[in-house]
Amino acid sequence: MNISDLTDRFGLLAVGLVAFAAVMLALYGIAELASRRNSNRLVATVFLFPALLFLVVGLVYPAVRTFIMSFYSGDGSKFIGLDNYAWVFSNDSALQTLINTALWVVIVPAVSTALGLVYAVLIDGRRGERVYKALVFLPMGISFVGASIIWKFIYQYKASGKQLGLLNQLLVWAGFDPVNWLNNFPTNNFLLMVVLIWIQVGFATVVLSAALKGVPVDIIEAARIDGANPSEIFWNVTVPSIRSAIIVVAVTVFIATLKLFDIVRAMTGGHHGTDVLAHNMWDQAFRLGNDGRGATMAVLLFALVIPVVIYQVRNIRRQELEAR
Amino acid sequence: MSVKTEPRPESAPRSAIGESRGERLRRLFSSRIASAFAVVIAVLWTIPTAGLFISSLRPEDDIRTSGWWNVFTDPSFTLDTYNYVLYSTSAGGGLIRNLINTVVITIPGVIVPVVFAAMAAYALSWIDFKGRNLLYIAVFALQVVPIQMALIPLLSFFSKGLAIGDMTIMPAWELHGVNTIVQVWIAHSIFGLPLAIFLLHNFMRELPGDVMEAARIDGASHSQIFRKVVLPLVTPALASIGIFQFLWVWNDFLVGRTFGGGEATRPLTAVLGDMAGTWGFGWTRLPAAAFIAIIVPLLVFLLLQRYFVRGLLAGSVKG
Amino acid sequence: MGKTRRLMYLATATSALALAAAACGAPDDEGEGRGEVPDAAQDCANYEDYGSFDGETVTIFGSIRDTEADEMEEAWSFFEECTGITIEYEGSGEFEADMKVRVDGGNAPDIALFPQPGLMANYADSLVPASDEVTALATEGWSQDWLDYGTIDGTFYASPNSGNAKSFIWYSPAFFSDNGYEIPTTWDDLIALSDQIAADGVKPWCAGFESGGATGWPGTDWIEDIVLREDTDLYDQWVEHEIPFNDPQIVAAIEKAGEVVTNDEYMFNGVDTISSTPFQEAGYPILDNECAMYRMASFYGAMWPADTTVAEDGDVFAFRFPESDEADNTMLVGGEFVAAYSDSEATEATRQFLASELYHNARLQTGPWSTAHQGVDPSNATTPINELATEILTDPDVTVRFDGSDLMPGEVGASSFWTGVIQWVDGSKNAQEIADDIENSWPQ
Repeated sequence: MNISDLTDRFGLLAVGLVAFAAVMLALYGIAELASRRNSNRLVATVFLFPALLFLVVGLVYPAVRTFIMSFYSGDGSKFIGLDNYAWVFSNDSALQTLINTALWVVIVPAVSTALGLVYAVLIDGRRGERVYKALVFLPMGISFVGASIIWKFIYQYKASGKQLGLLNQLLVWAGFDPVNWLNNFPTNNFLLMVVLIWIQVGFATVVLSAALKGVPVDIIEAARIDGANPSEIFWNVTVPSIRSAIIVVAVTVFIATLKLFDIVRAMTGGHHGTDVLAHNMWDQAFRLGNDGRGATMAVLLFALVIPVVIYQVRNIRRQELEAR
Repeated sequence: MSVKTEPRPESAPRSAIGESRGERLRRLFSSRIASAFAVVIAVLWTIPTAGLFISSLRPEDDIRTSGWWNVFTDPSFTLDTYNYVLYSTSAGGGLIRNLINTVVITIPGVIVPVVFAAMAAYALSWIDFKGRNLLYIAVFALQVVPIQMALIPLLSFFSKGLAIGDMTIMPAWELHGVNTIVQVWIAHSIFGLPLAIFLLHNFMRELPGDVMEAARIDGASHSQIFRKVVLPLVTPALASIGIFQFLWVWNDFLVGRTFGGGEATRPLTAVLGDMAGTWGFGWTRLPAAAFIAIIVPLLVFLLLQRYFVRGLLAGSVKG
Repeated sequence: MGKTRRLMYLATATSALALAAAACGAPDDEGEGRGEVPDAAQDCANYEDYGSFDGETVTIFGSIRDTEADEMEEAWSFFEECTGITIEYEGSGEFEADMKVRVDGGNAPDIALFPQPGLMANYADSLVPASDEVTALATEGWSQDWLDYGTIDGTFYASPNSGNAKSFIWYSPAFFSDNGYEIPTTWDDLIALSDQIAADGVKPWCAGFESGGATGWPGTDWIEDIVLREDTDLYDQWVEHEIPFNDPQIVAAIEKAGEVVTNDEYMFNGVDTISSTPFQEAGYPILDNECAMYRMASFYGAMWPADTTVAEDGDVFAFRFPESDEADNTMLVGGEFVAAYSDSEATEATRQFLASELYHNARLQTGPWSTAHQGVDPSNATTPINELATEILTDPDVTVRFDGSDLMPGEVGASSFWTGVIQWVDGSKNAQEIADDIENSWPQ
């Protein structure tokens, strides 16, 4: 560690920040000028310009390129139509990847949201609620790679001798033989899901717990006076009142799950039947050098999110109407 | 909290009225089971991280031969592993440099996208122009473009420049060494924009329209409204999105290693990913290395939790 | 969160940092097994021919990391000093993927050290063929078998860097002599010995195929060792896919490997633990006489626990994988190839240096390493096992064949072959089934 390592890096940081400030000043000046001409279109252009420039270069163009690549052969030399798509739906391991992904996007959002809701209800108004919340929320701050390491230590397996993994140690204490968790298909898939659920439950808890606090007390009162029992109140009053929060949580976790890559990469490398779309896409395109198949996986990934986008579009429309 | 304060007969055994909302909801479950369940979840969620922390403080030989729970019967602790991974010049050490890289990458990697996103979100929510909603939906949809597929095109944009036919629109950047971090900043900014715009847009739309209207009537320009009215009102949202982006950049595994100029600029998480990928050699140092990488985001998270939650709610619950 | 509590967090954080800082004071480097750059390689006169390139930089990208990378950089440090070239080396744990991203993204390194000739061939279009000088140096330094692996479609691109001898079986010399076991020279002897050890109540074999994202590769080496010893031509045809992967001879070879690998009578801890035992630690039970033999390449010599003596009269050593036919003399090898994406003069000078006797001799002495360069003196190797490996690798009488999975297309050699081997040792598929699966995965 040299002093120059420090000055280099922090010098660059300072220069970068100053340059950014200069860009912002310039943009602000231009926006002022545009405002004077009273053209909304012009002002909007100035406000949107930096973001749109970035997005077009960094995301729109790659997305289009990927879409086109999915119709070409592995090295991009030959147009092969839908062959890559045919491969996905006929190859055993690709199908396994799809099945796994389907399991992930159903199980992880459902379990995370449900657990988050139950936990939020249980701790609502309890003494030390903040601590309860913080403990479960904590994993949100840990990277997928960090979380993978943490859980690899939990699942670690030794055929004999002292166990290093907590899970196997518990088995041994209970008098069972240790299990080689991560190699054990199909259980290993669920064990990987546990890692993501562990991360996401905190998010669900925090959002849903805040939503719970927004449920008007009077409604619950009214229901009770009408003779509803607690579980009826929960299902018919509480849940519908926080419906939109539940959906937001589920959708957010859904998207995160679909894009999941690091946990599989760091824990099993997609072996032992644990591959998922986002990881297989990477594996095909980069490790195995088959651009076409990688791109196809990416397109499928995108296709899976279309329903969510449509839902969101509807939402925006509804808000527009309400606003009027 | 607006609990009704109707007087209630003393004799009524735990009448519904007068209870706190929490109590009422909790009664849905048998109270004792509920308590136990909550405690169990809290403990279960904490054990993995605690285990890692304990492991990171144990001598390497202990880590290799026994699980971390053995410290309760046979305690022995050391900071040697931390010392090694942070400062050693030999294999698997010297992470302090990567830690500094992460810091240098993270600061602009958070500020730039948040500022740009705020501008864009303002335009998308309060400036009237044709095609606004369409544009917004397009930005929303970009959230799902897998960044893995954007790596190669964006990298070639930096290293080859941009040319249409023979006309060079932008020359290659030709950055070397530490300066390649600039590319990492831009890449992070790009990948963070869609979510930031989406959340900020949701937040800004909820601002009271009459405030804007009044400012307009007073003759304020859009840039003035943005700076003087909107920004102060959305500060909590900016904070929460900033934290989101901070976590994402700090915890990134792919972007830093792809756009940076080699080992010297690699951020901590990328190094950690490599270490975890090749399990086996030097894995006993992994707990300490991993804990160094997660402690900063954890602290930031705990300290700023309130802002994070507030912004998140304003942004998402209305969804 | 209350203010006091927040302060507490801060205090904890600061004190943790303070502790870390207090404990500072750079820890000692592990000096073990580390040699010096030989005098000849320290003398700038020996570098004059390369020219002078003040201020120029050559970037090298490879999969070698940690200590091994340090030792490699040490070996070329005088080249840097004397020629003025700065070599920026970067080692990656995701070599294949990083390489792809960089080359396609227009950010290729000047020089790449490819551990797989098959992967290198994918980049033939962007690689710079070897100059006459490099070709001359390589021809002088390596046998034709080696040069062929650096050749793509008749053009010579890359000279070899390190060479690993893979057909080795590790054992405990003391355990063998105490029990009167003889080192076997044929496959039949090996099986007979295994039976004898098993009858004496010790599991004859250890195995571990776990290697993170590359789990399974040690198993592919096992199968390659057998196929190579059945028939060298069969091996070449198999690797080139001139015969299908599920050819009966290949299936028979897998089954033959299975006589050891999937034999519960032989395997320490049982066959079902193989796929989850890290290959780095799989041989350790030999030290406790819990198993007798472990098949792993020469580089395993650097992976034993710190206090192990790796020598013929030490705690552990290795003998050559026995031949099926006693008349044969074969060795499965691995190694890196030095390919260039840049044609700059500094890059050319570096390529020449990396192909030279000067470099290979120096590298042999900066740390545990082995090479197939004919010009080196094997006795300069820093450890006995590397001396043995270098002796074999530089012996022109030995037929060498490169690790087949590194020559096969990535879909097979770095994917379905691994998966197949894992399923095979996990018992979920038999030899015929995995061979069929792998054949189906072969790109058309």
